[in-house]
Amino acid sequence: MADVHASTAAGTGVVAHDVHAHHPRQQHHFYSMDQQLEASTLGMWVFLVTEIMFFGGLFMAYLLYRYWYPEAWAAGSNHLNVLMGGLNTAVLICSSLTMALAVRSAQVGSRMGQVVNLILTILLGATFLVVKYFEYAEKFKHHLVPGVNFDPALPRPEQLFFSLYFIMTGIHALHMVIGIGIMLVMLVWAARGRFGPSYYGPVEVSGLYWHFVDIVWIFLFPLLYLLGAHLGHGGA
Amino acid sequence: MDNAHAPHVVTPIRTYITIFVMLLIFTGVTYWVALHDFGALNTPIALGVAIFKASLVVIYFMGVRYNTPLTKVVVVSGFFWLLIMFVLTMGDYVSRSWLGVPGR
Repeated sequence: MADVHASTAAGTGVVAHDVHAHHPRQQHHFYSMDQQLEASTLGMWVFLVTEIMFFGGLFMAYLLYRYWYPEAWAAGSNHLNVLMGGLNTAVLICSSLTMALAVRSAQVGSRMGQVVNLILTILLGATFLVVKYFEYAEKFKHHLVPGVNFDPALPRPEQLFFSLYFIMTGIHALHMVIGIGIMLVMLVWAARGRFGPSYYGPVEVSGLYWHFVDIVWIFLFPLLYLLGAHLGHGGA
Repeated sequence: MDNAHAPHVVTPIRTYITIFVMLLIFTGVTYWVALHDFGALNTPIALGVAIFKASLVVIYFMGVRYNTPLTKVVVVSGFFWLLIMFVLTMGDYVSRSWLGVPGR
């Protein structure tokens, strides 16, 4: 019976497999650890597809208004700090590397590797948020934040640009905060030796989320920060 | 135990470092392109570079190349649906002014 199940388990290893001799982390509704990992990965990707559509709606709004108000978009973009945006891009790419290395450490059974790389990932994520804090503070000072503080002399289309800037980067930053929370849990579990070559699903799918948030920023950086750089005074 | 199954592929550190360096280099390319006026081509180049970088992250860092065909279909369909939304919506807005009729 176990063999019949194993051979139907999505083409994974077809070997003699006693149902009672399973991995302690294997849930009973899965035929094998491979199937369990595959299901986790697929499930995370289905969630990430909803995230793609969620951010996609905002990018759609960005695209249409930019098509209508190209000059306002270039002018608004020139208010953003290219240096800080670029720095944060590099920080997130570094964090994606440490995240990938953390998953790899789990795959090869290095507890120290997981702990070190997860700590680095968390620190880089925090660095991103600190830089973002200084950027936002600068915008408050210059009355570029939608709300009571908004500079009334700012043309309406430019106000629209800043509304989109804050909702897109704000929700992205919220994802970073959630990501750091997830990584703290992974760090505790990794430090307790929960993960290893045969079981690393949680750190793997958390990594997928982290990389996704990095991808969103890979699009946000050129689309928000770099529109008017060639028109002069970029990085105001 | 499950180690009797086909072993999971572990990506070499060298691969991750290579992808990491490429991502940094192409971030620099994006910045360099933004400093120069390529006319209407600025945005397509920036988007092309961003899509290339995102693909590197998806394929290597997220390890989709080792995932099952089912997962790959889900990944591609997600981005494909996004494309449908952009193309159909902009197709509507861009073409509205082509009709010289009231109520467009």
